[in-house]
Amino acid sequence: MIRIEPRNAPPRLMTVGIPVLSAVVALALAAIPLAFAGAPIAPAYVEMFRGVFGSMFAFSEMLTRATPLIFTGLAAALAFRARLWNIGAEGQLYLGAMAAVAIGTGVLDIPGIFLLPTIIIFGAAAGAAGMAVPALLKTRFGADEVVTTLLLNFVILIFLQMMLEGPLKDPMGLGWPQSAPILDQGMFPTLITRMRVHSGLILALVVAAIAQFMLARSVWGFRLRAVGENAAAARHAGIGVNRSLFSVAIISGGLAGLAGVSEVAGLKGYLTADISPGFGYTGIVVAMLAGLSPAGVVLAALFIASVFVGADSMSRAMGVSSYLADLVVSMSLLCVLIGGFVARYRISFGEPAKGAS
Amino acid sequence: MDILQILLSDSFWAASLRIATPLIFGVLGALLCEKSGVLNLGIEGIFVAGAMAGWLAVWAGAGLWGGVLVAALAGGFFGLIHAILTVPLGLSQHVSGLGVTLFATSSSYFIYRTALPNVSSPPRIEPFRALDIPVLSDLPFVGPVLFQQTAMTWLALGMVALVWYVLERSSLGVALKAVGDNPDSVDAQGLSVYGLRIGAVVAGSALMALGGAFLTMSAFDAFFFGMVNGRGWISIALVIFASWRPGKALLGALLFGAFDAFQVRLQTTDVGALVPGQIFLMAPYILSIIALVIVARKADYPRALLTPWFKGQR
Repeated sequence: MIRIEPRNAPPRLMTVGIPVLSAVVALALAAIPLAFAGAPIAPAYVEMFRGVFGSMFAFSEMLTRATPLIFTGLAAALAFRARLWNIGAEGQLYLGAMAAVAIGTGVLDIPGIFLLPTIIIFGAAAGAAGMAVPALLKTRFGADEVVTTLLLNFVILIFLQMMLEGPLKDPMGLGWPQSAPILDQGMFPTLITRMRVHSGLILALVVAAIAQFMLARSVWGFRLRAVGENAAAARHAGIGVNRSLFSVAIISGGLAGLAGVSEVAGLKGYLTADISPGFGYTGIVVAMLAGLSPAGVVLAALFIASVFVGADSMSRAMGVSSYLADLVVSMSLLCVLIGGFVARYRISFGEPAKGAS
Repeated sequence: MDILQILLSDSFWAASLRIATPLIFGVLGALLCEKSGVLNLGIEGIFVAGAMAGWLAVWAGAGLWGGVLVAALAGGFFGLIHAILTVPLGLSQHVSGLGVTLFATSSSYFIYRTALPNVSSPPRIEPFRALDIPVLSDLPFVGPVLFQQTAMTWLALGMVALVWYVLERSSLGVALKAVGDNPDSVDAQGLSVYGLRIGAVVAGSALMALGGAFLTMSAFDAFFFGMVNGRGWISIALVIFASWRPGKALLGALLFGAFDAFQVRLQTTDVGALVPGQIFLMAPYILSIIALVIVARKADYPRALLTPWFKGQR
């Protein structure tokens, strides 16, 4: 007799192995759409690999792509740990980006060396404010944050267009809806000459390390995990659940805001309405692949960025639609979900063990 | 044109019903899933899949009703993925739903791009035409508002009646509602909790896909990237607003359609010209949020919503 029984705790090997396996399976499943598109499969994989590891430039492009994904992945991972469903990172990213160009194009008379730190602080604050609204609507009125954050993404995108055609519009922009460029002192320095990878990546890594430490070791992290595991029990134990939720909401929104800051002040230099090809939503996949651990977010972001950059390069070379990358990313989310099921249960043969339900 | 003139014009009321149609499909589909205890955040992607699959089938020569069927099947397929992950496997309904949205959207875009690699402007099909019923379509006011809609709008209204009948008047409805409130009681009666939930999610997802198909086969005649534009998420908000009742869901979708039709017309008036156009564009989303906040505390949630149920575990 075959039975499926829950485990008490997944074995340690599985918590690392399952996400890795899910990523590999999702990549392998890409063979189906490749065959559908009529592309030679093995050469397509070689092309994807070369698109990431084939040159220093390719590798730098991958790191550049990973930078915003680390921020949005952290935003999702921390919020989801507390079971706060922040699906609004896409909008919060744009709020951060808008604050960055509003400050960075020189409206305030800030000495050069303070400009970048000011941009970072205001960008994070804007993202935090964007998540404070749905968090308050949840804690005060009980309005489901999934729906409010999703809908606010659309509101913020329209607000962005309004700003880019109005107050933030570059007077020298030849009529394009784009902002004025950020002053040179306000830009993240690049890490390697003639490459696009910038020190926003360093900021992302530092933030991930802080998040890892805070979540694992601080009282705040302990409360957050307690609220996520069982809100009723946490409340009973005297933890201010709403306060905990609100604090993680602010931090999650701030992290998403930083993704926007690093894109405009690290990569583009100015703001348009299309700087994010869904980094906010992809951050959710990153967080899930990472098992909601901040350290894992860094690795997952590198993987997802590799998929995007590799598939882009492959699609240019072989004429396959670059939506293949989005397809692999979505499949890796579904695979890691199923993997999570496998980790929590074991399939056993024979009579039920003593004490099993 | 002043405000009173807008409200009295038949074109305003006709537009309200037209704008409401995809939402009626979406709200009914989401309602059916949630009544059985499963939140389906795959809705936004299922809209995209329905829009793409239905359009592509018609473009390939399947005929308009063939396209509707293909759209429903595509929706049912993605619904089945969500149902398997959330019902027997009991995985997070939030994450699975978002995963299905990403999967359905990216596979639809990929298939569209692969089927039509080198098109600069999207190719067009011959969409559903406005009905032309003798006498009825020529009636003043009622004619343009009700009887010059397309067949898909009438299909949506028919679905409201069908879902209402199934939920409120049939024994299947009793079982469906019970499985969303108290699955143990359903199991005790010897009915299959898994079967009922999977069936509801697949049927609900097929309905959602029809909302998408309306966009490419009735409202427009081509498929565009990003054309669904949050209609799925708005439907999820409207279900809460409607307190999971089919009649109220229809009312919510119509109110929403009326508001949207009104704001488009208001923009052309002297009053509307004073406000930036984007404020009007934001209004539907903000309105949905406000509606959600007003009803959130009073909402009569299906009690087992979001709670997985496993056979043999109490």
